Amino acid sequence: MLVKQLSVFMENRPGRLYKLTHALGQEGIDFVTLSIADTKDFGIVRFIARDNEKAYEILKNAGFTVGITELIGVEVGDRPNALAEVVALMEEANMNIEYLYSFVLTNHNTAKILMRVEDTDRAVQLLESKGIKLLSEKIL
Amino acid sequence: MKGKLKDYIYRPEYECLSRSEMENLQSERLKKTVKYVYENCKPYRAKMDEFKIKPSDIKSVSDLCKLPFTVKHDLRAAYPFGFYSAPSSEIVEVHASSGTTGKLTVVGYTQNDIDVWAEVAARSLAMAGVTKDSLVHVAYGYGLFTGGLGAHYGAQKIGASTVPASAGNTIRQLTLLRDFGATHLCCTPSYAIFLGTEIQKAGMDIKDFNLMGGAFGAEPWTYPMREELERLLNIDALDIYGLSEISGPGVAMECMQKNGSHVQEDHFIPEIIDPETLEPLPFGSEGELVFTTITKTGQPLIRYRTRDLCTLTGGKCACGRTTVKMSKVKGRSDDMLIIRGVNVFPSQIEAAIMNVSGVSPHYMIYVDRINNLDVMEIDIELAGNMTPDRVSDIESIKKKVETEVNSYIGLSAKIKLCESGSIQRSEGKAVRVIDRRDK
Repeated sequence: MLVKQLSVFMENRPGRLYKLTHALGQEGIDFVTLSIADTKDFGIVRFIARDNEKAYEILKNAGFTVGITELIGVEVGDRPNALAEVVALMEEANMNIEYLYSFVLTNHNTAKILMRVEDTDRAVQLLESKGIKLLSEKIL
Repeated sequence: MKGKLKDYIYRPEYECLSRSEMENLQSERLKKTVKYVYENCKPYRAKMDEFKIKPSDIKSVSDLCKLPFTVKHDLRAAYPFGFYSAPSSEIVEVHASSGTTGKLTVVGYTQNDIDVWAEVAARSLAMAGVTKDSLVHVAYGYGLFTGGLGAHYGAQKIGASTVPASAGNTIRQLTLLRDFGATHLCCTPSYAIFLGTEIQKAGMDIKDFNLMGGAFGAEPWTYPMREELERLLNIDALDIYGLSEISGPGVAMECMQKNGSHVQEDHFIPEIIDPETLEPLPFGSEGELVFTTITKTGQPLIRYRTRDLCTLTGGKCACGRTTVKMSKVKGRSDDMLIIRGVNVFPSQIEAAIMNVSGVSPHYMIYVDRINNLDVMEIDIELAGNMTPDRVSDIESIKKKVETEVNSYIGLSAKIKLCESGSIQRSEGKAVRVIDRRDK
């Protein structure tokens, strides 16, 4: 019940993001999500593609340092406080969230939250026991 | 103040000999040294036997070229004390400098060797006008590195007040220099320039200083750097040369003519060789500097290849000395870098990097001089097979590289992680270092 995400290391200089998006775009890869964590010297591009495996192969062959990470995905109603309720559960159990982002697909009235946590197995158990609906890759 | 110091000859009976007098003295001392190392130093006996040379074959300095060379690797192979000619009980001090693979190059000194070192350092400081009335501030590091203690011994031999400030803590250095009224400063030229630029920032005025000169070395420096240093500190700045294997600072030193450094030839015979063919070259040709120590007893070295490239010139100098002069060091015949006075080999950096998982062996070292200080940046590729998802994972790889490099070379370097494949692959001999400092 986990969502696969690709992460790519990128130097913080002009032209790098273009190279990545162009490499994927010309092979017909469609992004579902994309975000960038940036520091002074480098960035990490994290994304989910419609076809993650193909995207991974393309980037590997193009020489990128790319890896696959499994995230916990949660679907919540698109309304105030929905995110806070999920985060509250994690906090009560003293679980650390390393990063998190969310997105809303058009024609849906739900929001999707993706997060990387320190202990994925424990977090899955906790959220399932609280009746939270977890996303699988297919649901995206 | 610039122009105030008086260069004087500390030991005219040795520094002003005629060529034939010097060669006679060198020949006597060389014969004695060759016999001594043959009888007391196993690696030398083996080497000379291999070359089928007996001490009796060496009758004068003109026979020097018959002897085999000594290289840093020989010293390392005998690590730590295998190159001693004297028994360990006679060794009173040990110094060491970095070697190519993290193993140190060790030098043992007998009391005689310390006296020789103090003597040549004193002659050197006399060229910078140090007398017993001077106050010499030594801001070279004290320790295994010979800079600090070498300047210290020389200043004390003259009888000057010696302030062993050692390296670091710039504000304290400036305060001591000003408040103690130092007349002379000894440190690396880049640090001296740095001190000069910090005076104003520290809210001080150069007019309140009593400095007139200094001996600056342990790293190559240019004539424009001298002008800058002299202007900032309002002093006469002279170049001091040395290497621990031969003795330490004072092997050669510039006089006030400022056009080359006098080699203390009655202790160290200089030669210039072609680093490819190893043939001796005549005066005036550029090549690799080679030294033979002829008065040391702890660890004398025969035809030691310094890897420093320069030229030698003979003849009487306007200062009155007749000793051979060496030009500024123009480069190296190996890939050693001198960064902030510290000897660094790219192979040490490579060895350090190999200890860290998450990076590839593809790297490039950039050396720059920024605000007169040497700065080293190492660009290194992240390993292609790691999962680069957490910022903290990547930063900890960077931190590990920093720590490893620092522990291998004793210097901090800025580490930049690069995408895999981004560092240029060279065809043939790998280019690992780009030194962008002025030569």
